[in-house]
Amino acid sequence: MAVWIIEENCTGCGLCAKACPYGAMVIEDKLARVTDRCTECGACLAACKFEALASDIEQEPIPDLSGYKGVWVFAETQEGKLLPVSRELMGEGGRLAAELGQDLCAVLVGSGLEPLADELASLGAKKVFLADDPRLAAYATLAFTRVLADMIQAHAPAVLLMGATPLGRDLAPRLSRRLDLGLTADCTQLGIDKETGNLLQTRPAFGGNVMATIYTPRVRPQMATVRPGVMAPPQARAGAQAEVIKQEVKLLDSDLLLKLMSFTPLASQGVDISQAKTIVAGGRGCRSREGFGLLAELAQEMGAELAGTRVAVEEGWIGVERQIGQTGVTVRPELYIACGISGAIQHRAGILGSRFIVAINRDANAPVFSVADYAIVGDVFKVVPAMLAALKEAR
Amino acid sequence: MNIAVLVKQVPDTNEIKLDPKTGTLIREGVESIMNPDDRLGLETALMLKDAHGAKVTVISMGPPQAIDVITEAMAMGADGGVLLSDRNFAGADTWATSYTLGKALEKLLAETRLDLVIAGRQAIDGDTAQIGPQVAEHLGWPQVTYVSELKLEDGSLRAWRKLPGGVEEVVCPLPAVVTVLDAPQDPRWAMVDRLLWACGPKSPIRVWDAADIEAPAKSTGLRGSLTQVMQTFSPKSERKTDWIEGTAEEQARHLVNALSQRNLI
Repeated sequence: MAVWIIEENCTGCGLCAKACPYGAMVIEDKLARVTDRCTECGACLAACKFEALASDIEQEPIPDLSGYKGVWVFAETQEGKLLPVSRELMGEGGRLAAELGQDLCAVLVGSGLEPLADELASLGAKKVFLADDPRLAAYATLAFTRVLADMIQAHAPAVLLMGATPLGRDLAPRLSRRLDLGLTADCTQLGIDKETGNLLQTRPAFGGNVMATIYTPRVRPQMATVRPGVMAPPQARAGAQAEVIKQEVKLLDSDLLLKLMSFTPLASQGVDISQAKTIVAGGRGCRSREGFGLLAELAQEMGAELAGTRVAVEEGWIGVERQIGQTGVTVRPELYIACGISGAIQHRAGILGSRFIVAINRDANAPVFSVADYAIVGDVFKVVPAMLAALKEAR
Repeated sequence: MNIAVLVKQVPDTNEIKLDPKTGTLIREGVESIMNPDDRLGLETALMLKDAHGAKVTVISMGPPQAIDVITEAMAMGADGGVLLSDRNFAGADTWATSYTLGKALEKLLAETRLDLVIAGRQAIDGDTAQIGPQVAEHLGWPQVTYVSELKLEDGSLRAWRKLPGGVEEVVCPLPAVVTVLDAPQDPRWAMVDRLLWACGPKSPIRVWDAADIEAPAKSTGLRGSLTQVMQTFSPKSERKTDWIEGTAEEQARHLVNALSQRNLI
């Protein structure tokens, strides 16, 4: 065992057990004990305040990373326009860059995208790195990987952020492995460690039941993909200018092997509530199929998807493809409105990734309120019609 | 035709919780399952085996008990299995995991030709979707992600990618790495006779450690990981509940105002 306890110093305070990401440290009879789950990560060593832990883990020295500067945002586009997540990343990237005292830079890869440089400048970019080539008009994993790898090696940024879109989740891991960089997926919160300047990357794990903060101590740039819709876009400042730096595009034939044959837009009848931005959901408190009719009206008014609990599905008020929770779908909408749902743990687990949760329930002690951002103690059959009226008024 | 399928044994994430006192994961009593996307990847491989004839080898990295997902895969129809198990592999991030899997695939490639590697899009414990592309980069092969259907043509594959906005049809030369999030049919059941064979003395399952795949300790497990976990915490503590009082009309108006200020409606 590479970590051991110096028993005369140990107070059994439990700080090490709390710090252990693997549940390998236990407190027994007021003493810490290392179990065989230990992976020798050393997290406990830093946590102990009583010099009660010792180890023979060799910590490799951190290399000098001061040459890496700048927060880069990969500005993903579609049909020549910035995706909303690109704007959101500019907002978050700007905040991080200010904290680091470094420049926010945007990266454009595609064909004919130079006109977007002004918009990126208005969103805070000091520099725009541009790779413009007709062969980059459509996304191709290997071509984009090569171009970005060349840019990173030429300019050595400290941070690279991408949207956790299908494209970002295809490209970022490929690129991170090519350059041997650390990558954290689907972050919902970013920050800077004041002491080290490390990017603190927080993301949900285990289906949203656990949050983990991750950092990349030894390599730069620190790469992260960020969930769309989580960060706030910045206020655009018209007239701001950015330096545009053009990257020579060097591709191999083998970078363009994949051939796109066709694209079929999805027919709307296929329901996938896991992708919904707004969800109106009902439970036992909606009492009947007619009660769900009221929710359907609210969902339509809000452009939301309708969903339900296991009880609602078993009662036949709503289809099983719209069931949320442990035996149903886990959802991560921007807005989740729980109507007449008590909120058993199985249901709560399925909605914890939601950005905002509204709960409407007659029982003020309903567990659903423990995860709600907005709580309304009241009768669904009174509150929902009043919401419909207020929404129509606000329109 | 030789296909390798990457599978992971994962905890049933719906049951995972943090101990409120210590803040650590409670793993006791949590059932281990074959990752759902990997099961779809295996079904995709077995459908290709049915159609064209192929040798399907499943590979999993994990503790000794992860052999259960390999025997299950073989009971479903896989022909061989490799478990990558070594103390040094524990605590790996996606860089170190893809390196370890990549080294194992190199060893397989030294033994036999490989035409295709299939992996699930993502695992339910981490949801990163990084292993497939990172293994593809390790091998220097092209990647096709988010696939829901796969067909083989002469020297290439034709795949349908299920994206949020629609379905993309692509053609990619072999060898390639494909990640799967759906399959044209439900994964098949395990066969009892095959299960007995996979668990029995004539089982072709092999267990490889770090030395077998020539993976140095500095490149695997926690030591080889480029990312580190600083802390884990329970997510619900973040929410501050705004209790909206008043009549139903007042509550509704207050809520609609609050939501529109946050650009949620």
